[in-house]
Amino acid sequence: MHFKRLAIAAGIAATTSLSAHAVTDIQWWHSMTAVNNEWVNDLAKEFNESQKEYKIVPTYKGAYDESMTAAIAAFRSGNAPDILQVFEVGTATMMASKGATVPVGKVMADAGVTFDPKAYIPAVAGYYTAPNGQMLSFPFNSSTTIFYYNKDAFKKAGLNPDKAPTTWPEVFEAAKKLKASGHSCPMTLAWQGWTQLESFSTWHNVEFATEQNGLSANGYKARMKINSPLHVKHIDNLAAAAKAGEFVYKGRGSIPQASFTAGECAMIQTSSGFYGDVAKNAKFAYGLSTLPYYSDVKGAPQNTVIGGASLWVMAGKSADHYKGVAKFFEFLSQTKVQAASHQRTGYLPVTMAAYDLTEKSGFYQKNPGTDTAVTQMIRKVTDNSRGIRLGNYVQIRTIEDEELEQVWAGKKSGKEALDSIVTRGNELLTRFEKSYKK
Amino acid sequence: MEKRVLFRSKWLPWVLIAPQLLIIGIFFFWPAAQAVLQSFQMEDAFGMSTEWVGLDNFRTLFADPTYLDSFYRTAIFSVLVAGIGIASSLALAIFADRIVRFAMVYKTLLIIPYAVAPVIAGVLWIFMFSPSIGVVAYFLDKLGYTWNHLMNENQAMALIVLASVWKQISYNFLFFLAGLQSIPKALIEAASIDGAGPWRRFWNIQLPLLSPTTFFLLVINIVYAFFDTFGIIDAATHGGPGQSTSILVYKVYLDGFKALDLGGSAAQSVILMCIVVVLTVIQFRYVEKKVQY
Repeated sequence: MHFKRLAIAAGIAATTSLSAHAVTDIQWWHSMTAVNNEWVNDLAKEFNESQKEYKIVPTYKGAYDESMTAAIAAFRSGNAPDILQVFEVGTATMMASKGATVPVGKVMADAGVTFDPKAYIPAVAGYYTAPNGQMLSFPFNSSTTIFYYNKDAFKKAGLNPDKAPTTWPEVFEAAKKLKASGHSCPMTLAWQGWTQLESFSTWHNVEFATEQNGLSANGYKARMKINSPLHVKHIDNLAAAAKAGEFVYKGRGSIPQASFTAGECAMIQTSSGFYGDVAKNAKFAYGLSTLPYYSDVKGAPQNTVIGGASLWVMAGKSADHYKGVAKFFEFLSQTKVQAASHQRTGYLPVTMAAYDLTEKSGFYQKNPGTDTAVTQMIRKVTDNSRGIRLGNYVQIRTIEDEELEQVWAGKKSGKEALDSIVTRGNELLTRFEKSYKK
Repeated sequence: MEKRVLFRSKWLPWVLIAPQLLIIGIFFFWPAAQAVLQSFQMEDAFGMSTEWVGLDNFRTLFADPTYLDSFYRTAIFSVLVAGIGIASSLALAIFADRIVRFAMVYKTLLIIPYAVAPVIAGVLWIFMFSPSIGVVAYFLDKLGYTWNHLMNENQAMALIVLASVWKQISYNFLFFLAGLQSIPKALIEAASIDGAGPWRRFWNIQLPLLSPTTFFLLVINIVYAFFDTFGIIDAATHGGPGQSTSILVYKVYLDGFKALDLGGSAAQSVILMCIVVVLTVIQFRYVEKKVQY
């Protein structure tokens, strides 16, 4: 009697555990909104329908910084998601938090899934790879900074709408003409730290910070170097343009972008991920082009720095979860999935194969300028241009904003502001070094 | 005849205040103690490694001139928020108290802002005052006044003060209205018969009788300006231009929740906590003497 009851209980337990194991839910926290949110959901849906064992559950957890904070709180209480999308600025923090994450290379190897980091665009792979060559996070939505301009406004100002200005003197010249033709905001800049300091440095092949911009094996010892004569000259040039009303400051982060789509500002430098928005909302002819450079600088233009985000695998999960994650990443690595994502979002095709496929399909010919981001990235990278990965970088970006705003308002010279960024930034880097060494 | 309750039992009073003590303990003293502990540590974001650094976090803060500047900014900000908030809500409460028709409608409208989350309040004001698309900025421009809080520090400060005051006005209003309505009508009527006009009645009768309410609101508003305004600032100005609107609590929020510098952020909260303790002591010790209960 007693035995029989036990057997029934065991039987019930077996069936319930069987049904619980039938599908493993893989939690994926991300920060993609609107058009990009649909993209993420479609990816999950397509993967879930392709097999029966695993179910990817994407959840929007707020903006990049918010979802990272949420995941950290969840990790501390033992409820971290399996996959977390982390923006590039958080990469150094994630890398320093050994034990909180599992390197993607290891996840793939353990699951027996073939994974070739060499298939990825060097600047992308390099950014997410540890100095020992192991890929730490999965490149997902990488972007880079490019130049957008309003062709209608160019035409009105007597400029050639089919030829974007390629050097900084040409940009300032165009801004003057736009101003003269009555345009109230000839040029603005989004993500000023990213576009004017970080990308500017890699694009001109000059050092942003020591220790290969923080990417070397001793990356935690990096110190900032952005008060070089070239940086100072550039910020002073922008300050002069601001004074003349040819560059109009429109705020921090992505806020200035709206003034471009509205037609108020005729030129803007911002993320390639802004393309979807422009394509959908701009009521004028627009052009995409590479970032401007100073032609007298040796090695310029090199390549721009990556932005966007990558996927990190959180530690402390059971083996079947990691297997599911590996399978999902394998799915995402397929060239056709990558190419479709690139064409849909404006984010970089993170593998060379996806770029080739997109090119062959004639997408770039049909949508001129959409290959700008890629062609800016697929060059041989130098130690100065592989990327910028510094600790406490969220705070340093804020410092960059604060100091540059003083320049645009005419309160500080370019030299004063950049010196101050270096001093204040280095204090934070010293703090990071201390917390990293343990 | 006065009636007093005497507790003979030793444990009953403790049991009766236990729920309150428990709540204060869990939601106030425990987190406060944690903050003090964290302020002496340096920790990576995930809490994988914690290092005891003593007073390093504090030393870093006080070596940073921009941090010292923000004390001055915070003082200006909180005085403006508390002052303007209390004065304007008192005025509104007096008007609402006098209204006979549709009083309910006015009162409800005045209370609504309290239900709005700080970030939403910030976004709302940023839309009205945005130099490119804001309605108010547009009309100011028509009137010949250039509004650009992205460049002009005073305008940025004005914007966050305005948004913070607006958010808190309902709360102040409720207390003032309740205070006004609890003033015996006979007093006002007697004064009217003696020939006192509305202004005199307010100044000599209503305001003194409202002094406990005003004092309470002063404390609450200062605490509000110190602790609850980071959402508004984050949405409206991000602490800019430069650092002109980066008050103490905003830096706590930014460093702790956005930049994940937990030790540094905890040290700042401890400093903030001390300031508010000192301010509250001053208020109760000196300002309260002027209050007539």
